[in-house]
Amino acid sequence: MRLLALAGFAQVEAGRTLDLSDPASLSFAIMPELVLCAGAMVMLLVAAWRPEGAAHSRRVALGSMVVALLSLVAVLFMQWQGHAAGPGPIAVDGFRWSSDVVFLLATVIAIGLSMDYNTREGINAPESHVLVLLATVGMMVMAGARDLMVLFLGIETMSVAVYVLVGMNRRSARSAEGALKYFLLGAFSTAFLLYGIALVFGATGSTNLSVIGGRIGALSMGDSPMLLVGIALLLVGFAFKLAAAPFHMWAPDVYEGAPTPITAYMAAAVKAAAFAAFLRVFIEAFGHLYESWHAAMWWLAALTMFAGNLIALQQRNLKRMLAYSSIGHTGFLLVAATAATSQVAGAFLFYLLAYTLATMGAFAVIIALGTGEHPRERVEDYHGLWTEKPGIAIAMAVFMLAMLGFPVFGGMGFFAKWYVLQAALDAAAPQFRLAIMLVLATTISAGYYLYVVMVMFMKPRPEQATPLPVVGVMSRAVIYAAVVVLLAFGVFPDPVVRWSRNGTELRPAMPPAAALPVPLGR
Amino acid sequence: MIPEALALSAVLFTIGAIGVLTRRNAILIFMCVELMLNAVNLTFVALSKLYGVTGQVFVVFVMTVAAAEAAVGLAIIIAIFRHGQTVNLKNINLLKG
Repeated sequence: MRLLALAGFAQVEAGRTLDLSDPASLSFAIMPELVLCAGAMVMLLVAAWRPEGAAHSRRVALGSMVVALLSLVAVLFMQWQGHAAGPGPIAVDGFRWSSDVVFLLATVIAIGLSMDYNTREGINAPESHVLVLLATVGMMVMAGARDLMVLFLGIETMSVAVYVLVGMNRRSARSAEGALKYFLLGAFSTAFLLYGIALVFGATGSTNLSVIGGRIGALSMGDSPMLLVGIALLLVGFAFKLAAAPFHMWAPDVYEGAPTPITAYMAAAVKAAAFAAFLRVFIEAFGHLYESWHAAMWWLAALTMFAGNLIALQQRNLKRMLAYSSIGHTGFLLVAATAATSQVAGAFLFYLLAYTLATMGAFAVIIALGTGEHPRERVEDYHGLWTEKPGIAIAMAVFMLAMLGFPVFGGMGFFAKWYVLQAALDAAAPQFRLAIMLVLATTISAGYYLYVVMVMFMKPRPEQATPLPVVGVMSRAVIYAAVVVLLAFGVFPDPVVRWSRNGTELRPAMPPAAALPVPLGR
Repeated sequence: MIPEALALSAVLFTIGAIGVLTRRNAILIFMCVELMLNAVNLTFVALSKLYGVTGQVFVVFVMTVAAAEAAVGLAIIIAIFRHGQTVNLKNINLLKG
């Protein structure tokens, strides 16, 4: 049987349209997920094989990284082949593969950082690395979901794994509190999302995004109350997952309580996955109803930008500051989403890559400088870092400038903001006011990003400061690799622009409305 | 039958949502979330009378996911009880800022 399936794979030539009703083609379409899932299962067995110990934990971490890299190879292979897919529950397009690349990159970085962090904190939990892999499976399913049922399963696969990861440090009461808050609000938001799905299903008679989009377009269901309430509930559910204001309250607490590598993973990958699914649902299924949801999204974007950046100004704990800054970045990405053109996906993916590298790099610096007794999460701990660890100080400055969107020294960060602005202004309905607000909010954010840079280079190191630890191998590798990539692609952004724009356009679905029972909404 | 079932599930969902917002005991909040999920299940079952099995299939998935969520959630609640001997959110406030 297996040989037959493999033969089926071999028959599929480059650039074909896959028929998803055929099991062999379907498993080919989800190959990267299968690789990651199977690898995670194997690593789970390996993790349980031997008694807990630091050496064993490192072995599992390295194995998990290899599994994630294998899956990354599968994703790049699929992207290179450039298949398309017929109607079905899974999308096979550039948007999915490019998002997957970002998730897997964040996964490898998070596992690497966990290795250093777990050793330092004495967390002997080899399964934490496997849980990161399982969460990534959920993310990849979310990015590819073209059916609300698949989307729901992806979200839950991711969320359940991340609930556990947040509470991974069993000795820490803060970690447990963060996990409880994340779990309760995550489950609450899932209920909203699910009710939204149910109402959309009730109004249109399908859970498939293409069919929903097609029916909404063909039957002009813009005035169906059931559909509109469903869309509103979906928007609320997604806003919770994205930590968009006014649904962002959980994020700073959870980000502060979680182990730092997991915070980095959540700020980058979990947010990216929620955004990828959000964009696909709202453009492919509800693209024809742009007028109905545009105003709500507009306010969400405006509120999120200002709430995130203004509250970040008051923070003196670096983890909380970065949490609020990530809320601000959600707002910037929502600006692109509000424009809802087919180019949005390109701007979004470029931003995502730059933001992932900068955020994870900044968290890597926090991990690199902290020790069990001195977590070094406050801004005061960074005073005069330049005199003690010049390399790390320069790296941190690059990350801060990248998040700010500073030209040249901020590397890709500048182009990321630039493309989002461009997407907002080039749209069919240009978002002038949002673009102005984006620039204003960026100016506000300079207040805290530049403050961190300032204290590192200009303040003296306090006399009674305890000596800084030796930076772990993995943290060092992550920090310098992120700096090099950010700066290199900041000077030559073309390859990343091509990668983020090639075949990633999302369009409202346009199939003919099938002859099915007339939906409730009409 | 369908409109009545949909109305009932809307009422149940609202009761659950209000419960989550007003209760302060972690376990009660979790039960309210389960009530919300089951209200959604009722909607799906009612709608499957109209559209065929899709709704029922979805219900099976929702129940499975809810079970997984309950397992993880109760474990987290036990972990937090071990730290503070309480599951009341009023007393769980280390993270602030």
